[in-house]
Amino acid sequence: MNLKELYQEIILEHGKNPRNLRKTENFNKDAKGNNPLCGDNVHVYLKLNGQRIVEDISFEGSGCAISMASASIMTDLIKGKNENEAKEIVEDFLGMIKENPELKSENLEEDEKTKLMCLSGVKRYPMRVKCATLSWHTLVSAFDNKEEKVKIEN
Amino acid sequence: MNINAIKKEFPIFDEKIQNNDLVYLDSANSSQKPKVVIDKINHFYTKQFSNVGRSVHYLAVAATNMYENTRSSVQKYINAKDKNEIVFTKGATEALNLVANTLGQKYLQEGDEILLTELEHHSNYVPWHYLRKSKNIKINFAEINEEGEIPIENIEKMITPKTKVIAVNHLSNVTGAILPIKEITQLAHSKGIIVVVDGCQGAPHLKIDMQDLDCDFYAISCHKMYGPTGLGILYGKKKWLEELPPYQGGGGMIKEVKKDRITYGDLPNKYEAGTMATAQVIAFDQSIKFLESIGVENIIKHEKELIEYGQEILKKNNSVKIIGDPKNKGGVLSFTIEGVHPHDIATILDEDGVAIRAGHHCCQILHDKLGISASARASIGVYNNKNDFDQLNESINKCKKIFGLK
Repeated sequence: MNLKELYQEIILEHGKNPRNLRKTENFNKDAKGNNPLCGDNVHVYLKLNGQRIVEDISFEGSGCAISMASASIMTDLIKGKNENEAKEIVEDFLGMIKENPELKSENLEEDEKTKLMCLSGVKRYPMRVKCATLSWHTLVSAFDNKEEKVKIEN
Repeated sequence: MNINAIKKEFPIFDEKIQNNDLVYLDSANSSQKPKVVIDKINHFYTKQFSNVGRSVHYLAVAATNMYENTRSSVQKYINAKDKNEIVFTKGATEALNLVANTLGQKYLQEGDEILLTELEHHSNYVPWHYLRKSKNIKINFAEINEEGEIPIENIEKMITPKTKVIAVNHLSNVTGAILPIKEITQLAHSKGIIVVVDGCQGAPHLKIDMQDLDCDFYAISCHKMYGPTGLGILYGKKKWLEELPPYQGGGGMIKEVKKDRITYGDLPNKYEAGTMATAQVIAFDQSIKFLESIGVENIIKHEKELIEYGQEILKKNNSVKIIGDPKNKGGVLSFTIEGVHPHDIATILDEDGVAIRAGHHCCQILHDKLGISASARASIGVYNNKNDFDQLNESINKCKKIFGLK
């Protein structure tokens, strides 16, 4: 049954047809992340307006179904949020993947939470947690526009 | 060769792994351990423990004898001329670092070239890479052919008058290609080039005769050879080990230490600084005995037949693409499934107790060349049988089903 929790329909669908898998034109923030264990990589692009609102977000890269689905769902959710909201959502998501039973963020709608919780199956697979979190760490890095690539810790 | 009897010597196969029988196809990563090795570690710590080579009490002398006995067994197993050509290290990685570092210190000059291949594991590339910066050494790569092999011609055409070292693996941990070490050595030595062999995959599965191969250095990983972790072996020709400087300094490797000068010990102590992996060395003697009891010819025959069976089965499975098709192949089968990432394959297979490896297997150069970021790998040992590949195939089909493939 664990496998079904991990590979839910929505994950497989997003993994197969990732949203926002492209490069934002006129992006003003970006960051690259990689997973040194498997060689997977992701490049997140952000276009922020003067109010620090995400006008567009996209990503490029290759990876497993979990990592692609996670990046796809993340980019869908973050679009339209401002930087602070986005960072709060990232923190909430990482907290949920790590230990929290549910999402607490007030910046997420219920249906958005439901979608994100589809990724919670990864908790049972400690070696796969970094697949789900790579794009999220990279997003924070893009906001902060760090020059160095993000390297994921377990 | 009675596989069922051999498999029974490995206690792990009595265990249920997440309620499944274990189908262990990750021996290129690390092999399982026979009971004799596990028992020896326990026995040594329980009844015989002492450090070696220092004290004169009874236990120390007995432990030292056992420790040196393993050195002799290894010497015999790999047909080295001299017992002192066997140096214990913490792993094959340290063995290769030792060679690269000491050759860099004493032998290599600025502008010299080192020839590697595109099949090398990171442990036979990164240590040489350090010399790029410290010594301005150039590194070249012999290319793979379509089959994922390194033919001797591909080595030959990359040799220049500046090539001083050729460092190659014996058996690729991705394509399974067995490299023509003997021919490489003959060619290299005719041009005065040193040959360093990463024998991690060769030593557990092939006949490794140092007089026949004639390489200058050969690195062995003991945990891939049915032995304990934390232990490797460097074989080096005596003339090189005598000529090159020590790698690490510390206790046990010195002759005399004064405030103004230090002289170093004789081989092999010169390269064995500090307290070594004593229990592991002593237990590794049992691994050698275990391998000898089966016989390397039997191991080669069994693994060749089995990998051919596995290859046949996976070839029939559409959407599975096998990486490389070397004529001379060891027990490694790497593959991809169109539309399913190797990490997803590995997780789904794991649910059935099928343990494989997914990733770049520490061979990013090769995966870049193949245009993929990762692959799935099934690799075998003496305990595997045809059922393991049947189960692998069945679990691959389950994986395809989850991902909606036919």
